[in-house]
Amino acid sequence: MLRLEKRPQPSQAWTYATPLLAVILTMLAGGALFAFLGKDPLEAIRTIFWDPLFSEFAFYYRPQLLVKGAPLVLIAIGLSLGFRAGIWNIGAEGQYIMGAICGAGVALAFYPLEAWWIFPLMVVAGAFGGLIWAMIPAVLKVRFGTNEILVSLMLVYVAEQFLASMSLGLLKNPQGYGFPGSRNLQQYDSAHNADLIDGSGMHWGVVAALIAVIFAYILLKRHLLGFHIRLTGEAPRAARFAGVNPSRLILFCLGTSGALAGLAGLFEVAGPSGQITIDFNVGYGFTAIIVAFLGRLHPVGILMAGALMALTYIGGDIAQSKMGLPSAAIQLFQGMLLFFLLAVDVLTNFRIKPAKKEVA
Amino acid sequence: MTGTLLSIRGLTKAYPGVVANSDVSFDIREGEVHALLGENGAGKSTLVKMIYGLVKPDTGTMTLRGAPYAPAEPRVARASGVAMVFQHFSLFEALNVAENIALGMEHPPKMRDLAARIKEVSETYGLPLDPYRTVGDLSAGERQRVEIIRCLLQDPRLLIMDEPTSVLTPQEVEILFRTLRKLTSEGVAILYISHKLEEIRALCESATILRLGKKVGTCVPREVSAREMAEMMVGSSLHVPERKGGDLGPILLELNDLSVKSPSEFGTSLKNITLKVRSGEVLGLGGVAGNGQDELLAALSGEILTAPGAVVMEGQPIGTLGPTARRRMGLLTAPEERLGHAAAPDMSLTENALLTGSVRQGLEKNGFLKWGKTREFAEAIIKRFDVRTPGPGNAARSLSGGNLQKFVIGREVMQLPIVLVVNQPTWGVDAAAAASIRQALLDLAAGGTAVIVISQDLDELMEISDHFGALNEGRLSDIRPAHGLSVDEIGLMMGGAHGMEDAHV
Repeated sequence: MLRLEKRPQPSQAWTYATPLLAVILTMLAGGALFAFLGKDPLEAIRTIFWDPLFSEFAFYYRPQLLVKGAPLVLIAIGLSLGFRAGIWNIGAEGQYIMGAICGAGVALAFYPLEAWWIFPLMVVAGAFGGLIWAMIPAVLKVRFGTNEILVSLMLVYVAEQFLASMSLGLLKNPQGYGFPGSRNLQQYDSAHNADLIDGSGMHWGVVAALIAVIFAYILLKRHLLGFHIRLTGEAPRAARFAGVNPSRLILFCLGTSGALAGLAGLFEVAGPSGQITIDFNVGYGFTAIIVAFLGRLHPVGILMAGALMALTYIGGDIAQSKMGLPSAAIQLFQGMLLFFLLAVDVLTNFRIKPAKKEVA
Repeated sequence: MTGTLLSIRGLTKAYPGVVANSDVSFDIREGEVHALLGENGAGKSTLVKMIYGLVKPDTGTMTLRGAPYAPAEPRVARASGVAMVFQHFSLFEALNVAENIALGMEHPPKMRDLAARIKEVSETYGLPLDPYRTVGDLSAGERQRVEIIRCLLQDPRLLIMDEPTSVLTPQEVEILFRTLRKLTSEGVAILYISHKLEEIRALCESATILRLGKKVGTCVPREVSAREMAEMMVGSSLHVPERKGGDLGPILLELNDLSVKSPSEFGTSLKNITLKVRSGEVLGLGGVAGNGQDELLAALSGEILTAPGAVVMEGQPIGTLGPTARRRMGLLTAPEERLGHAAAPDMSLTENALLTGSVRQGLEKNGFLKWGKTREFAEAIIKRFDVRTPGPGNAARSLSGGNLQKFVIGREVMQLPIVLVVNQPTWGVDAAAAASIRQALLDLAAGGTAVIVISQDLDELMEISDHFGALNEGRLSDIRPAHGLSVDEIGLMMGGAHGMEDAHV
């Protein structure tokens, strides 16, 4: 028999090794799953992890990696700040939607005016939209002690309804023959978040994600505020003793994560997606939670986790079309990743030892 | 009744990196009070946990009344007649006494019968207790009675008590001792763990002394002095803190009619506390745990805010200022709870040095942290206060309680406070380290700092205080010069026996 023994302090090596171990275990279990579905497990795994990068059609998939990865990283960075402090923003999806609506709203308000300041103004509006949406759970928590998990999560559904109402009403394309959805911003130069290098997938959202990674890294490693965020998460009483104002920290963490989610929404609506539609959101806000944890709530880790997650998205799509794997199997596969990560996480704080024999 | 009740032979227990007990052997006779002495980390807790079935020994045997005894779990130990009163109570504050006791039983009788039994046992042993009172309303001394009665209901042959008097006033200690003597007269043996050597001399018939997990000696406490026992525990001669009597300077900190509602439901609200401390003064505040000590510290550290004029430092009202602003002015504090309050368990010592040191040590500039300087600060604390750790990169939780305490107190002392408030500065610290912490506090006072020491260790307070006051249910007694106070007077200042009459014996 094996037993767990608490380590005197968390193992550095395992902190880095557990994500890798989780990926390997996911491949094994996922492979078994695919085998049960009657597919060749090796080929399925290869299709998901290898083909997007190195296959014949990789030139098409590689830009997609940036397009899918950027919003995940951007949102996950924001979420990770709150998660570190024990403030659980589960509603990034809603903030993502509201950012997109606000940003697109600004663009559509000025249509068809062409001016250089329209896009920057949209960026500000996008961040603002997400910020305001995240401030609702933040203020309720600070004022009335409500649970931010529930409030932020429920606001996702409110935001979805709002999105539907917008795409059918106020923001509907007047020249769209009655179809739901707004004008396509890709055809509005001043508002279009185009690839910075044509065909590279590198749009402003990717740049923003990289800046966010660097910003978060410096904040957590070198700044007193970042130290207070970590301290609050690890020992709330000690944080109060150190002089942290919990209310202010809640407002900051929820506000920042909301603004970043809003930005992600804006870059998406102005770029790859192009228009506000009923089904504009595709779950980046929820997947980003997995990305944040897969990346150990560490900025660089999140960057890598975002890339990995984007890879499974794209690889999953390829596997669906090429091998006929059901989409549920792909989602299950992605879910396994978080499951295994949390499971092997125990090794960071505990070591496994063979159980000693009982002493008579 | 001098038959051997429990005989321990060669008990050894090792944890990763440390041998908690090594080849410990001794006997406990029926009807005796046997003291188990040793500094923190000497292995007392591990030893009693083995006797109580919470920990399995690696090697060694125990014999209870001639039969082999190897309890796999506390239930077995209890069935064999071994009961234990822990230092930290495991009681539900929202339930009443009888309900709490029923929770610990495997087959609780009807509540009415149980209440009657509790009443009967409590009167037999002179521990009056109303079975229907809510535990949240009981004083610490009364809560301890609940724990003791819970044990007595099992008809134990051996009662283990871990530091039972740390939460009692001197009068309550007397009552407890009378109960224990009555128990021993009925043949019950008591294994008594304490740091308080005078108590052991008053109560115990024999003593086993542990040091670094090994048995280093036995003695008959009545025949040796407290100092001799202390030196056996420490293994060297003791340094007694010395005080340089100096004149007291101007008033540095004043509390004016400070009233604070406790943030927690079962906490103690502070009521009309007024006090002054002068430069160079050590003010000792005694009192049984849970009488407002934590709240007072929080009101001073800035974790609880008050009316501006309730806390005045050097003439400035600071009641509405938070911890950072107060630190900047030179008011530093060290709370009782080390892990989770004074220090973050999973963070390194360097990070924990930053926790309170950022303002006064200049460890940040515009919010950007100077890790190099912080590390140096942590190293300086480790060096000056002899904190045993491989280095400042280690997590706070990897340190033993005493070492972490040295670090936490050292962190504040090194910042040269103008006013320093410490709660339980030597709680769980070995005698030598406690002496050095006290010396550091006295040195600070000699340098002109006003020091407030909140402690439940009366000997400590008498040793270092100029003035003494006691907290009782959130109120502060009159503050009197510490020199010449008698134990009885101190006991009365602490609230006497909390209204617990000791009749019925």
